[in-house]
Amino acid sequence: MEEILQKILGEYRENEGNIISILQDIEKAFGFIPEETVTWFSKKLDIPASRFFGTATFYSQFHLKPRGKNIITVCRGTACHVKGSEKLLNRLFLELDIPPDEETSTDSKFTIEKVNCIGACGIAPVTILNKEVLGKMTLDNLMKEVKKIKARE
Amino acid sequence: MDKDILIKVCTGTGGVASGSKEVLETFKGTISSAGIAASFSERCSAQRVGCRGFCAQDVLVDVIINGEKTTYKHVKPDMVGKIFTEHILNGTPVAEWIVDKDYHTFHQKQTKVVLSHCGEIDPEDIHAYRAVDGYKAAKMALTSMSSQEIVNIVKNSNLRGRGGAGFPTGLKWELGLRIASDIKYVICNGDEGDPGAFMDRSVMEGDPHAVIEGMIICAKATESHHGYIYVRAEYPLAVKRLQMAIEQCYEAGFLGKNTFGSGFDFDLKIFQGAGAFVCGEATALMRSIEGKRGMPTPKLWRSAEKGLWDRPTVLNNVETFANIPRIILRGADWFMRLGTERSGGTKVISLSGKVKNTGLIEVPLGVTLREIVYEIGGGIEGGKSFKALQTGGPSGGCIPEELLDTEVDYESLALAGSIMGSGGMVVLDETSCMVNTAKFFLEFTQSESCGKCTPCRIGTKRMLEILERITTGRGKEGDLELLEELGHYIRATSLCGLGMTAPNPVLSTLRYFRDEYEQHIRNKKCPAAVCRDLITYSILEAVCTGCGACKRVCPADAIRGVRKKPHRINTELCVKCGTCFDACKFKAITKV
Ligand SMILES: Cc1cc2nc3c(=O)[nH]c(=O)nc-3n(C[C@H](O)[C@H](O)[C@H](O)COP(=O)(O)O)c2cc1C
Repeated sequence: MEEILQKILGEYRENEGNIISILQDIEKAFGFIPEETVTWFSKKLDIPASRFFGTATFYSQFHLKPRGKNIITVCRGTACHVKGSEKLLNRLFLELDIPPDEETSTDSKFTIEKVNCIGACGIAPVTILNKEVLGKMTLDNLMKEVKKIKARE
Repeated sequence: MDKDILIKVCTGTGGVASGSKEVLETFKGTISSAGIAASFSERCSAQRVGCRGFCAQDVLVDVIINGEKTTYKHVKPDMVGKIFTEHILNGTPVAEWIVDKDYHTFHQKQTKVVLSHCGEIDPEDIHAYRAVDGYKAAKMALTSMSSQEIVNIVKNSNLRGRGGAGFPTGLKWELGLRIASDIKYVICNGDEGDPGAFMDRSVMEGDPHAVIEGMIICAKATESHHGYIYVRAEYPLAVKRLQMAIEQCYEAGFLGKNTFGSGFDFDLKIFQGAGAFVCGEATALMRSIEGKRGMPTPKLWRSAEKGLWDRPTVLNNVETFANIPRIILRGADWFMRLGTERSGGTKVISLSGKVKNTGLIEVPLGVTLREIVYEIGGGIEGGKSFKALQTGGPSGGCIPEELLDTEVDYESLALAGSIMGSGGMVVLDETSCMVNTAKFFLEFTQSESCGKCTPCRIGTKRMLEILERITTGRGKEGDLELLEELGHYIRATSLCGLGMTAPNPVLSTLRYFRDEYEQHIRNKKCPAAVCRDLITYSILEAVCTGCGACKRVCPADAIRGVRKKPHRINTELCVKCGTCFDACKFKAITKV
């Protein structure tokens, strides 16, 4: 871990980075922002940890808890909403054993996320399964995709 | 040898999602495969191009032989072989896969300025951009024009900022030029946070060099030597293509020290946003680049005086910048005449929702909304009837049928109770509930409120609670008046545009669709059958064939019945997900 953090620190110094770029690098390396990484940077840079957390909680790209192995993102843009993305979302929560007010399943295999709009409105409704953008999604196809992932796991 | 056979495959985000990468690879594979004579394959070139706008028919492929263009729609990798042998090798296009009338009417009413390269050139290749006069304008600006001359052209063109507010671009640049400082910044706003908008994404993905060229010209006009492009993290492909374009520019000497050999320095970097709608607001965006929470600050100074790191800063939208090279090349007059008296040029619009032809379009300012929905958009999908046109995203409003003859420009749309905003338009039909739509937008602004000022933070929350009450059947008399009152206060007292416009979707739907609200409150009914708590699903015994399709898909196990006998829904178990409704082939399931 130390090694990765040193590398991020090096890049920060070289490119006159800022807190956001550090957090982006941490998120990229670990998939979320572990608390100890913030303490580490806070000490190294003499910036209060609260500034890191304040920034991390402001932006939706940062996560303070580990996420599931598979990430299903449902676009909640207007076009997707009009074409029924809420239905897709409700069904996913029903299907994947996710505790209320959480987004990751109890077995850590799935995380369901909403994104405001990925700008692919022409092929709404859109979901992203582990970074692959899938357009014109139907309940049926979504359940098929979920089954495929479940079978793999 | 000259390539006289061109195959162009759309590779915007929409195209890629529909499988365009595989289609392009298959074309390339076929061209270089053993069966094709080398002398022939040398004449062919298969290339990626940016989004051509008609995402509903992706993957779109142009086959151009000796200048003659044929366009295929919904192309899949397994169709490539046939297109190749019949059309490319033997000269007979595959008629059944060619785009139909829709494709042509979709393009007829459009005037492509900003989008003229999208779908035509390879966005990852600077030479392709230079071949269509790319960087000619920048070179002219840097080597033979004064800053004031550039400012004058932009002023005379009547170009107004495409980011939403429509501020005259020339005036902004003039201010930027007048203020002297050793360090000044030029920023391109590529945050495009409005849900339902994808104009800027398509331009950044499809023609990244035009944005950069516009910025170089702006840098010269305002004598700034540092630039940032702020792109949202949700647009990975745009980031990648801009990054490549910037690297190519440094190599070509168009960015960096002594650009175009003119002695002028300009450095440009990309900054990736981290997911916050409010960061599209100019002052919040600058705080974000500074590494802080993206909260708007009161505009005691104009950004042209004190912006990024308190230095003079000129900030424009992606589309605004992409217009600049064209204005410099073709002149202010040409651009001004394209639009209306008060705003020059065209506007790129993302058309989506319940309309046949969804996609990206570009129209001269001044066309009517009806032309957009019915001619370019081809009317409503699936024979349903039109209900409203939502424009301007969460800061905008809903325009009803009777106002569809409104012209597209900043002032007319404001008069109709909406805004132009960034140019997103979403068509709603009879199956859309206006209260639910208003709630949808308010949920968005409420969760995206940065929390700095009270009217926006708490006011939108209270409004949302009232809407939640109404859509779940707990609405009370007086709720509508309360919504209006709150809306007016929030509008009047919020610090930034987010709060000032947040009530718009509610106020505009209250203005035009008040009876729909009243039905929710008084009769506890959702006329469009959308609000979950106000509808029940049931099976029409006379129509049900007992096929069991609904029973199999029901996730709640709420449907009972034996084969070939009418089934029933247990309303206590039903979670109202609508799966059975979609699954029934006999229209035996109703929702009221
Ligand atoms: C909440 C909020 C969000 C905004 N989002 C964007 C955006 O995503 N893109 C954009 O160009 N302008 C956005 N703006 C407008 C910017 O503040 C600014 O006016 C604009 O970028 C200036 O560029 P222009 O003069 O070229 O239009 C937003 C404004 C507000 C209040």
